[in-house]
Amino acid sequence: MSSDIAAILAIDGIASGAIYVLIAIGFVLIFAVTRVIFVPFGDISAFTALTLAALETQRLPGTMGLVALLAVMATVMQVTADLQAGDHKAIPSTLFFYLLVPLVPVALMWFAAGTVMSMPVRMGLSLLLVLPIAPLLDRIVFRPIADASVLLLLTVSMALHFALVGLGLMFFGPEGVRTQPLTDASWEIAGMQVSLQTFLIVGSAVVFSALLYGFFELTLTGKALRATAVNRTGARLVGIRPAYTGTMAYVLASVLAGISGILISPVTTIFYDSGFLFGLRAFVGAIIGAMVNYPVTALGALLVGVLESFASFWSSAFKEVIVFSLLLPVLLWRSLSVGEVEDEAEE
Amino acid sequence: MSLLAIRSLDVSYGKVEAVRQVSLSIEAGQIVTVIGPNGAGKTTLLAATMGLLPSTGEMLYEGRDLRRMDVEARVEAGIVLVPENRELFGDMSVSDNLILGAYSHRHDGAGNRRNLDAVYHRFPRLLERRHQKANTLSGGERQMLALGRALMAKPRLLLLDEPSLGLAPLIVRDIFKIIASLRETGVSVLLVEQNARAALETADVGYVLETGEIVHSGAADMLIHDPKLIATYLGGH
Ligand SMILES: Nc1ncnc2c1ncn2[C@@H]1O[C@H](COP(=O)(O)OP(=O)(O)OP(=O)(O)O)[C@@H](O)[C@H]1O
Ligand SMILES: [Mg+2]
Repeated sequence: MSSDIAAILAIDGIASGAIYVLIAIGFVLIFAVTRVIFVPFGDISAFTALTLAALETQRLPGTMGLVALLAVMATVMQVTADLQAGDHKAIPSTLFFYLLVPLVPVALMWFAAGTVMSMPVRMGLSLLLVLPIAPLLDRIVFRPIADASVLLLLTVSMALHFALVGLGLMFFGPEGVRTQPLTDASWEIAGMQVSLQTFLIVGSAVVFSALLYGFFELTLTGKALRATAVNRTGARLVGIRPAYTGTMAYVLASVLAGISGILISPVTTIFYDSGFLFGLRAFVGAIIGAMVNYPVTALGALLVGVLESFASFWSSAFKEVIVFSLLLPVLLWRSLSVGEVEDEAEE
Repeated sequence: MSLLAIRSLDVSYGKVEAVRQVSLSIEAGQIVTVIGPNGAGKTTLLAATMGLLPSTGEMLYEGRDLRRMDVEARVEAGIVLVPENRELFGDMSVSDNLILGAYSHRHDGAGNRRNLDAVYHRFPRLLERRHQKANTLSGGERQMLALGRALMAKPRLLLLDEPSLGLAPLIVRDIFKIIASLRETGVSVLLVEQNARAALETADVGYVLETGEIVHSGAADMLIHDPKLIATYLGGH
């Protein structure tokens, strides 16, 4: 392999790695705050891509039906819970947060249907439309079992992923989609053509990671999320509701997943069930970061992207096999040191 | 009307009843102490008052039924617990711990800044260490941080679980001085202590808890001279 090819593969790998970074950070964020390993997270990313593709061809995206269905389910559950607790005064706010807020993007989409939108508007709307999915799933599936063990939560999460793939097939159909490139421009750097799209992808990953960091360090809500992750009981004792910080974590992580979906959709063909594989690659990154360490997670996800890129050059049919088997030793080593991290957290 | 009135409280862990038929009340501005041997149920009593443990019986706070309020709602109503194991945010800085202490009043920015200054004034050590992570503090500094974080929540009823645990005698005296001075700012205190003599000297009213039941109660300056208590809890002097 010449050094030119190696450089091109590396750039390609960094671009796809940057996309996995966003999903991987979302995994860590949700896990830290809620102890849920949110397996369907890759699906959220794929659904954003499918939504964007539908808008490009001026069709109504299946996401509308999915969000409406979830919003109604969550509202019914929460109203029932309010009534059981004898808390009639909570019902208006339940209707507002569980029904009205998630349906706002659906309604926007309904009115905008058929109109020709510019690319940024399409992206913004797609992102807005997928945001309610994960928080609603949290309310429907995870909040009733919030005190369960991590293992049980993971099992439920896995089941939820399969349910969501089924819903994806129902709402989006079996066709694969690929959206228009973000831009056709490319720059020549050191004798190589590097597309502007690659820069946009890597740049977005960097910008959103930095925004998230700023949010955690500088805002009270960000600190409350960290506090919940560090010590749930302590958080409750200062008046932070874990259900609230959990919802915030799901929304934030969904922003990241949505952006990754938007970035990946012009690069590869996406099907209703493509999310699992992105999710898995990003998850490997998260495991390398031991599910707690954001910078190491980001590096891990980048590593997966680069490995994948080189592996597909050597043998595209076996690329997953190569990637995941190269990662086995890393995972083994990390799982040994994860034990230590957990022990530290115990004391 | 009492600030807090507990009647016939039962708390159990599975089949084990850790608190049985406990009744106690705290008037506004009072310091009330609960003393008793290890395993008597003091921590359990505080956890149930905070809503961390399910319980049966009656609990009224300013006449409001506490049992309908979750932990967070009780914090918003001014009931603040400093638990036995402190529950600090170990991986976060001292100043973040204090800022988060005011989470239940997060919209009162100016008030919280004033309050933060007051806490730093009370515990200059915390000001020195404000950028340090909570889990790197010494035991005594941790106690100060726990108390400081609780004060940031603007408590009306402060529940303290062994605030002098593991502290050097000089600091213990400081801590009890601070507890006594809280009364002047209108804070009522329910104080659980091993250090029975210091607790009774500071408090207005005392209760003695043994194996989950209250066996003595009365004005603190009466209890401190009670021969039976002197023999069991207060030592010879
Ligand atoms: N999680 C639990 N499960 C079962 N039993 C418990 C639990 N927590 C406490 N207990 C038991 O309840 C009883 C009261 O415990 P508690 O911690 O309230 O005592 P305490 O008065 O605070 O003691 P100390 O002075 O040692 O702190 C003890 O017998 C204890 O073993
Ligand atoms: Mg105790």
